[in-house]
Amino acid sequence: MRKLWEDKVSRRKLLGGAAATSAALPVLHELIPHQALHGGTSTAEAAVAHHRQAHRGSGHFGAVGRVDPKGNGFDPHTILRDFDEGVVRGGVREWEILAEDREIEVAPGVKYAAWTYNGRVPGPTLRAREGERLRINFVNGSKHPHTIHFHGIHRDLSDGIPGVGQGNVPPGGSTVYEFDATPFGLHLYHCHSTPLAEHIAKGLYGAFVIDPKAGRPPADELLMVMNGFDTNFDRSNEVYAVNTVAFAYMDEPIRVKRGELVRIYLVNALEFDLLNSFHIHANFFDYYPTGTRLEPRDFTDTVIQGQGERGILELRFPYTGKYMFHAHVSEFAELGWMGFFEVED
Amino acid sequence: MEAATAALRRRSPWLTGLVPVVVLAAAIGLFVALDAPGLDRIGVPQEELAVERTVLRPGEIALHVRNDGADPVQVRQAIVNDGFASFTQSDREIGRLGGAEVKVRYPWIEGQNYEVMLLTSTGATIDHAIEAAVETPDADLGFYGLMALIGLYVGVIPVAIGMLWLPWIRRVDARWTRFLLAFTVGLLGFLAIEALLEGTEIAGNGPEVLGGAALVWLGAAGAYLALAGVDAWLRGRAQSGSTGEGSAPGEGQARRLGERAAFLVALGIGLHNLGEGLAIGSAYAIGSLALGAALVVGFALHNTTEGLAIVAPVARSGSARLRTLVLLGLVAGAPAVLGAWIGASAFHPSLAAVMFGIGAGAIAQVIVQIAPAIRAGDGRLLSPLATSGLLAGLAVMYATGLMVSV
Repeated sequence: MRKLWEDKVSRRKLLGGAAATSAALPVLHELIPHQALHGGTSTAEAAVAHHRQAHRGSGHFGAVGRVDPKGNGFDPHTILRDFDEGVVRGGVREWEILAEDREIEVAPGVKYAAWTYNGRVPGPTLRAREGERLRINFVNGSKHPHTIHFHGIHRDLSDGIPGVGQGNVPPGGSTVYEFDATPFGLHLYHCHSTPLAEHIAKGLYGAFVIDPKAGRPPADELLMVMNGFDTNFDRSNEVYAVNTVAFAYMDEPIRVKRGELVRIYLVNALEFDLLNSFHIHANFFDYYPTGTRLEPRDFTDTVIQGQGERGILELRFPYTGKYMFHAHVSEFAELGWMGFFEVED
Repeated sequence: MEAATAALRRRSPWLTGLVPVVVLAAAIGLFVALDAPGLDRIGVPQEELAVERTVLRPGEIALHVRNDGADPVQVRQAIVNDGFASFTQSDREIGRLGGAEVKVRYPWIEGQNYEVMLLTSTGATIDHAIEAAVETPDADLGFYGLMALIGLYVGVIPVAIGMLWLPWIRRVDARWTRFLLAFTVGLLGFLAIEALLEGTEIAGNGPEVLGGAALVWLGAAGAYLALAGVDAWLRGRAQSGSTGEGSAPGEGQARRLGERAAFLVALGIGLHNLGEGLAIGSAYAIGSLALGAALVVGFALHNTTEGLAIVAPVARSGSARLRTLVLLGLVAGAPAVLGAWIGASAFHPSLAAVMFGIGAGAIAQVIVQIAPAIRAGDGRLLSPLATSGLLAGLAVMYATGLMVSV
């Protein structure tokens, strides 16, 4: 009865709907990176200045206020470089993972009743070396049954799905998943209880890094899990982010060194939208899909990932300054998935 | 003790009447102080906001919202067409029934559609669609002048023209007068139905907590009762007046009766035109009104018949004074001007719903007033002549109404 006249259309379906939004963003993307790359220093500086003004000064997008990491108990800036190698006991690499229900702030002032691994979204970034024996001790402290399903090559009994092996772990229950670290690359782990989309969308996912035996060249390594939150339960996301908090890297840029190799472990954990993407301004990167080959597939500035897809990006910043990165699904960008690198000497 | 209460009862019956009120107040106070003993809140907060008014200025979309639910609402983010937008708000927390203004900064473009979403602290969303965005006109002198002009065009002038049928009605015979009165009733019936429907539709747009569609019916009942009271009062005055005059009950009284009926018809139509003006004004304010000849011509034809309805009751009652006729015309037509002003500058769905209800109730009362005059010589109310008049009234209003769409 209420809102009889109103057209209640939720247009956040696929890639459409973004056309009517601010025209400034895509236009700038097309112009500035190339100028900054190929032009002289003065052009680059002018572009950066213009850039800064366009993105910070316009006031046309960006959330109002900031999220205090203290309330959440985790900080997207810490998550970036927080790789958890667990503890090696008797030749087996082990982790303890606790599922718990927790209210988190996903955009300034906007709370979301999340389900978490170890109290954070995304869950801990598990890191092992190819061929190691791994053991994950899982305790379910949530009010709902959960599992942990790892991407990788292993026996069905440790696959972490309902009905096979240990199956669903009831509230208060626990189980152990044990398998070998293979193949090397960047993988994902997530809850596989039904309804599946809901269990993932509420925050039960994390990155799982298996380093090749010989390792990778030293680099400033960053984890970026692209995610979103359906705060009003209409099965489409209201808030988008990298590492959970909308605009976290807009409010405080990620600091990196000029000329240093930067390696980004990029995971798409988004639900309800088919695609997500990553675009870097004024730079290009080598792209290793799933990280399972040591040769890059692509040298590009934009990459698209479907649900559950991931890949490794390697790049160096030739200039100091502030460089934007965001989903080139512009709609996601303006709903929280955008940030800055601050490149320093 | 017993003697004391008896004395109290004798002294003031009002005091004893206050006892339940005092006990109730004490009970409520205790209940609230103890925080509703035995009752635990279940479920999650129900956050609801109704958008009462949208004001568009260059680079800004302002929403006037009212808390429509049982729980306080905290707006924390604003999203316009799938992008977070910066905003300011008059209140960090909007309590039950409370209102607030949310000003969203956004470079909107004229003629485009926008979807504004307010994201609350719990992640709930309040959706508001803006169709064909256009700047909200400033309420300056020129604007009020324009609204007055529209009101004149659609209200006052057509009604005045319709009243020019008076000399013609005077000449036709009594059966035709009955037909015209039946025609008037049909016409009024159409307006009443239209007012109820339109009021209900607008009420659906306002906050449910203020009454929603019930406001239309409350307004209708209130107006009906108030007019019935006024009518009884006028009747009483007329009777005491006629006894005072003694020997002239004929022409003077007939004229007064006719004028009274005409006044009530004019008042009912006036209240209806208030609602019509309101609709026009608010449509203009949100830019959805195609101002132009078609609209004015449509309303003119639609409302000219209303002039006929006003003069029909005075046709048989001797010479009506010009002053009276002008007054009747203004009572019926001028509220369109007032309605346009209110609609364009301070539109509120709940207020509009009440006004449409008042219009419908007033018309219902007028119909009850003039229905006896349709009665044929044999006492039947729905004679073939009367029913054809009623149907003609409905048909003409429907046909002329096709030319009007606000």
